[in-house]
Amino acid sequence: MPIRDRDGSNIWQRRTSRQQWLSWFGWLLLVSLFIFCWRLMNENTLWMFVQDAPRQVIDITDRMTPPRWSYMERLWKPLWDTLNIATLGTLLGITMAVPVAFLAARNTTPSDRYVRPVAILVIVSSRSINSLIWALLLVSILGPGLLAGIIAIALRSIGFIGKLLYEAIEEIDHSQVEAVLATGASGSQVLDYAIVPQIMPAFAGISVFRWDINIRESTVLGLVGAGGIGLELSHSLNTLAWPQVSLIFIVILGTVVVSEWISARVRHAII
Amino acid sequence: MLTLKRLTKRYKTGDLALQEVTLDIPQGQVVGLIGPSGAGKSTLIRCINRLVEPTAGTVQLKELNLTSLSQTALRRARRHMGMIFQEYALVERLTVMENVLSGQLGYVSFWRSLLRRFPTPAVQQAFAVLDRVGLLDHVDKRADALSGGQRQRVGIARALLQNPDLLLVDEPTASLDPKTSRQIMRLITEICAERQLAAIINIHDVALAQLFVQRIIGLRQGQVVYDGAPDGLTAEVLTDIYGAEDWSATIRKEPVEEPPVAEEEEPLPEKKLAVAR
Repeated sequence: MPIRDRDGSNIWQRRTSRQQWLSWFGWLLLVSLFIFCWRLMNENTLWMFVQDAPRQVIDITDRMTPPRWSYMERLWKPLWDTLNIATLGTLLGITMAVPVAFLAARNTTPSDRYVRPVAILVIVSSRSINSLIWALLLVSILGPGLLAGIIAIALRSIGFIGKLLYEAIEEIDHSQVEAVLATGASGSQVLDYAIVPQIMPAFAGISVFRWDINIRESTVLGLVGAGGIGLELSHSLNTLAWPQVSLIFIVILGTVVVSEWISARVRHAII
Repeated sequence: MLTLKRLTKRYKTGDLALQEVTLDIPQGQVVGLIGPSGAGKSTLIRCINRLVEPTAGTVQLKELNLTSLSQTALRRARRHMGMIFQEYALVERLTVMENVLSGQLGYVSFWRSLLRRFPTPAVQQAFAVLDRVGLLDHVDKRADALSGGQRQRVGIARALLQNPDLLLVDEPTASLDPKTSRQIMRLITEICAERQLAAIINIHDVALAQLFVQRIIGLRQGQVVYDGAPDGLTAEVLTDIYGAEDWSATIRKEPVEEPPVAEEEEPLPEKKLAVAR
């Protein structure tokens, strides 16, 4: 009890003394861990290199500027590829994620015991692997190119969209479902009239958000050979063509800003 | 027309929500179901259209034994039972028309409903029903753009589009102000009279129930403890249903005749309000 009796008057404290000790001990552990990690990090750092860092930064900046603007004419195609990877990958991801989400949501799954765990497993395994690693795998299976990139993006998107969408499905207002059921509607009609309208704003928001993330992710997929602007980045880095690298950075930044703006507008329009 | 025999519901938690409820409701009768919260009023009406599966007992609508129906047959049977809800339970993001037409879902195929291609007679009926509840100007609005009273009218219109024999009404006025409550209750009872519909209305407001229904059923802990005329609700009966309390302000002191059929938006005369309270 956090209320104690002292000299006839009640003293209230937020925590019992046991909880106070536990929280104090928890903080002690956290601070010790931080100090320990700090020391470990310092031991493994070669300070010679760190001292050298400012000079290296100046050196690389010097080599990167000015960006080689003429290189732009060779970037339009890979940039277009990157946008395609992101967009097609998102669309493919959505078509696979929507059924999975309905199978995973407690209130729409056909079987809580058998189907739901499988759907959850699909979502978790898709989420646990980064799209770069998916791309690495797919490049070795399908060979380098756009297709590997698209499928990598799609596979990673299933987990993201599936998880957020099934949570949205589980949070719908049940009375609307009841009302439509009471009219004598079939299961698919209940889905169409009571469930889909309720999750539509969430669905649109999630999809556009994922598209936005996928634009950013698809810019690096080329590093492992899955096509797009990352491929050019990898070439330029390997040939130490720093003015080209800086131009690619600028292009990626511009693309991300634009996609961010578009997705914000779309979300605003729908919700 | 509707017969309940020894209807019992025990929830998985072990709570006995209904204990052997036996009732018989003839065609065209409007019944007010009163009782404290948790007495099983909602469970009772949901056991009739089997949104809640009863544990034991039977429900018979005309010649049909609802409790023994398969899922497909139950869907067909549900078309004849319109349901009206406390929080309206409209699909908020659909338009008024779509909400009203959803009352027809039991009659049309999935593809027709998906493409919103309802048969012309159904659409005409929807317009007629919307006219009857006074919402013809709001057909294209989204349901979440309406006020509480308007939403409940959409709920009523949706139920009517099922061409029901029976209305199951769950606390229709609990979220509405006193005046709108009266208008909604009047609308429901008038429609029942016009179409010879039977109705079960769950209601907390005893005075409001007395004003509009022909028969009152009192439920306490899942059992029927009163079944009779609205005028028979004495202080003893109310104490039996709800528990001890000073009931003098709730009970109708003298019989009032059925309120006049007023224009929809016209307030009741002050005198009537005073008598009813």
